[in-house]
Amino acid sequence: MRTVRVIPCLDVDGGRVVKGVNFVGLRDAGDPVELAARYDSEGADELVFLDITASVDSRETTIGMVRRAAEEVFIPFTVGGGIRSVEDARGILRAGADKVSVNTAAVDDPALVTRLATEFGSQCVVVAVDARRSEGVASGFEVFTRGGRTPTGLDAVAWVAAVVALGAGEILLTSMDRDGTRDGFDIEMLKAVGAVATVPLIASGGVGDLDHLVEGATEGGADAVLAASIFHFGEHTIADAKRHLAAAGVAVRPPGA
Amino acid sequence: MTGPLVAVLDYGIGNLRSAQKALQRVGADARLTADPELVARADGVVLPGVGAFGRCVEALDSSGLTGVATDAALRAADGGRPFLGICVGLQLLYEGSGECPDVRGLGVMDGRVELLPGDVKRPQMQWNRLEHRADHAMFEGLDGEPWTYFVHSYAPPIGPDTVATCLYGDEVCAAIARGNLWACQFHPEKSGDTGLRILSNFVAGLASVAV
Repeated sequence: MRTVRVIPCLDVDGGRVVKGVNFVGLRDAGDPVELAARYDSEGADELVFLDITASVDSRETTIGMVRRAAEEVFIPFTVGGGIRSVEDARGILRAGADKVSVNTAAVDDPALVTRLATEFGSQCVVVAVDARRSEGVASGFEVFTRGGRTPTGLDAVAWVAAVVALGAGEILLTSMDRDGTRDGFDIEMLKAVGAVATVPLIASGGVGDLDHLVEGATEGGADAVLAASIFHFGEHTIADAKRHLAAAGVAVRPPGA
Repeated sequence: MTGPLVAVLDYGIGNLRSAQKALQRVGADARLTADPELVARADGVVLPGVGAFGRCVEALDSSGLTGVATDAALRAADGGRPFLGICVGLQLLYEGSGECPDVRGLGVMDGRVELLPGDVKRPQMQWNRLEHRADHAMFEGLDGEPWTYFVHSYAPPIGPDTVATCLYGDEVCAAIARGNLWACQFHPEKSGDTGLRILSNFVAGLASVAV
């Protein structure tokens, strides 16, 4: 049985959650670990921490956060942002993360994906791909780096096929056109990438309501759906999302299971 | 800490800290160690494992822990000190793996680990339900078909020691037990309250064997 995972994403800057978190009942809404534990208790299947500062001096802060998360969170979590080497990844994994996510560093140095997979196993290696619609590449979806600012000329579909061959264990695909719009996932892009992603595919970018999660899993064929703001703002709980997916016929781990 | 001493074999691979933290959460004095003396006086032994089978065999070897792990597992299977294998730590107990045909496993369990069959995505990286559960101490306090988190592309054969399966394309071995040797293909340390309960059941068994 294939069950679709629901993954809240926490953007972290200098050890604090950013993107208007509006949770009632948290002592410290800006504490990523407290928020993560909350999502865990609500039935999140995994968590992604994205370190958006990713400056050199933030590494220690991030490692500290990962260590604390490992004491409070007993579901899998991925840490991304600023990981540029096997040693960077080792620090994060030894601190307690289950997976590391690489994005720009993989584009700059594709062999990094293989080095990470060889050292830690493919199951630890998530390649995050930020893509936009573009006339310039064959599939119509182009890879961007540096937070979606820098075009690479890489075709997103070809790039995903390449990183899977290099050892990526999972793909986190974000539509930069949809990110922040709340208009829903870019379903065409998910389908195009899903056709070559023989490893699990996480859909990201654009979720504004719970129907969007269903679309990502059904029409888009994603193995997991990632969202930030609909959960952070307290509009919907993870349990709401699970129930909505189940009612639409998508197999999920039920809330409270 | 005053709980039972659990030696989590640290042979330099992957994320061992989450296994340690989860065991601590359920009351064990869990230590990451490659020291045979500490392992010798532990009340229980945990063999974690992630990544490729061959690399884990190699890493276990170069840490000098192959003999320690094999002896501990054999003794547990005979009803001695409890042992828990997790994920590749389960797979290592077998004779070998289709993932690395030239590499030998610990050979505590008969048979080989093989690629998940059928037209499925590999790895299975998701939560899945435990089915066909045996009435076993591992699952004490868990009702119905509990959900656990899996990350694997290979699995051991289903046999008389299988105590739970999951459905992924085909029926897949999810956990085994022989005597006090327990092993899970899923990650109990990453399976929320269900996983903590399984670890708690393991730790509860240590106290009774220790005295």
